[in-house]
Amino acid sequence: MSESRKTAIDVRGAVKRYGDFTALKTISLSIYDNEFFTLLGPSGCGKTTLLRMIAGFEDVTEGAIFLYGDPIADLPPNKRPVNTVFQNYALFPQMTILDNVAFGLEMRGQPKSQARKAAGEMLELVQLSQFAARKPSQLSGGQQQRVALARALAPKPKVLLLDEPLSALDLKLRKAMQLELKHLQRETGITFIFVTHDQEEALTMSDRIAVMSAGELQQLGEARDIYERPRNMFVADFIGETNLLEVSVDAINAGRATCHLGGGHELSCNAVEGVNVGAKVHMSVRPERLFMSEGPTDSEGLKGTVRENIFVGTDISTLIDLDDGPKFIVRTSNSDRGNKRIFEPGNEVYVNMEMEAARLLID
Amino acid sequence: MRRSNYDVKGLPGFFGITILCLVILYAPLLVVTVYSLNDSNSITNWEGFSFRWYVDVFSGPESQKFKIAAWNSFTIAIIAATAATTISTLAATAMVRGGKFKLRTVSFGLISLPLMVPEIVLAVATLIFFNSVGFTRGYMTILIAHIAFCIPFAYLPISARMQGIDDSYEQAAQDLYATKRQAFTRILLPMMLPGIISGYLLAFIVSLDDFIITNFVKGAGVETLPTAIFGSVKQGIKPNIMAISTMLLGFSVLLVTISYFVSKTDNKK
Repeated sequence: MSESRKTAIDVRGAVKRYGDFTALKTISLSIYDNEFFTLLGPSGCGKTTLLRMIAGFEDVTEGAIFLYGDPIADLPPNKRPVNTVFQNYALFPQMTILDNVAFGLEMRGQPKSQARKAAGEMLELVQLSQFAARKPSQLSGGQQQRVALARALAPKPKVLLLDEPLSALDLKLRKAMQLELKHLQRETGITFIFVTHDQEEALTMSDRIAVMSAGELQQLGEARDIYERPRNMFVADFIGETNLLEVSVDAINAGRATCHLGGGHELSCNAVEGVNVGAKVHMSVRPERLFMSEGPTDSEGLKGTVRENIFVGTDISTLIDLDDGPKFIVRTSNSDRGNKRIFEPGNEVYVNMEMEAARLLID
Repeated sequence: MRRSNYDVKGLPGFFGITILCLVILYAPLLVVTVYSLNDSNSITNWEGFSFRWYVDVFSGPESQKFKIAAWNSFTIAIIAATAATTISTLAATAMVRGGKFKLRTVSFGLISLPLMVPEIVLAVATLIFFNSVGFTRGYMTILIAHIAFCIPFAYLPISARMQGIDDSYEQAAQDLYATKRQAFTRILLPMMLPGIISGYLLAFIVSLDDFIITNFVKGAGVETLPTAIFGSVKQGIKPNIMAISTMLLGFSVLLVTISYFVSKTDNKK
């Protein structure tokens, strides 16, 4: 679907070393034009380093970065048509909101009156026109965040970089800003590169996600793809809640792998390249793709006992001990509970899974 | 919760000791201020209120000497504070923004060492230096010495301010197409300004007030206010000295007040 799209940022074999420490190990990835792209990973995974390399605040030790085909790795930040929204916003405290937003335009050589006019329009877009004459410290965190956004968007950059801009906001505001950012990206048509450690945030907003860990790219794909088809243990574990099971692969037939989980329990799932017969690997099964029944629904029903129910608002998480086997978490939505029996601790149940719910992982 | 035992305000005698300390600190200043308004040739007998010694400072027999000394003091203080503040601002920028370079700690030590060295040692060393390079002592030697010893005083508040400024502000400026120079002048410098003003005022006061080093490196016939006052006092303390002292005191209080309000407006921002 996206093969024909223009590439906005092309990172080719980028390496970042600080002395003996390698922060980024040979990363190559392409970010498309007009895309909401997220770099996701735990702190210290190198996502911010990569973002700062694209912005120009960090040198590229090895490799190259292209912006619409032009090499930019050797340009200083002020020569790169990309703008950044900083984690702490970095609004200039001595300037008014309007002057903050106009700064980039002025530095690009626009006359002051023209820059201010454009800045005013930008403030309108983020609904802060009435605060134009105030100083940043007179605004709330959420408002400052929007000013930072307006300031970075005002010079119409080719790519907007966002370094965990929502992390300082409270949950409710963060949720609202997630949608607002997504809308802004669609309205402006500018490529957004968003850095976050919050997987939920990444899933909500992104067209595509690059999951990073320990300076390496773990998986790159569309949000749904990453969630439903994690490539390895790290991705499966980091994104969402999952049942990680140790399995051994007994047979592979016509693209289906038969695995056993211990205790005589067996499961079949799609075979994955790189996992062969006899291998001991991990399997990931999302808890919301499992359901419980009193009796076996097919040959693969896994028998166990309910240990505990945990109410988590929209869902109920049920902890189940398989007979002589691993533990499972099953998530049942509260919305369709009426049709389903509620199993209480001590009840015997069968754990069933939807087609394709189980996924073999490369370690 | 019970009031903490460590709250010093609850200790017995807290109030009394506080008053005692304040009296010890300020009584001499108060005496000088009061007796500068004394209508008497004596410095100890009160004979009524008068501004005559203030008039005497400006038009009395010693007025010419004090005028020249004051002119020297103020011009030296202004030039020395300006030069020291400029150097300190650049030094602080380099030290705080220069990354972790080798000898950074040593550099910081070298800049602030003059604060710890006894002033008399500095004075002697400066004198020997001027002698060995063959500088004729006079206005210039005082000025050079003042610039030198004012640097650490100006440096400390400026670098403290600088350390409190996250480097993301300059990065944001550069990200928004400002050159390094523009990021410094348009963003960093205004943010450093309260520190720079504090540093400037501190350097100014220290220069204006300095006696030991000045006395060593000044040439014959060149006086600053402190050396002129000392010269007069050697011939006996006259009330006009008290008038000058009170004016200097008032001036210092004014500068400290300005400095206080500068830092206060900044906190509110």
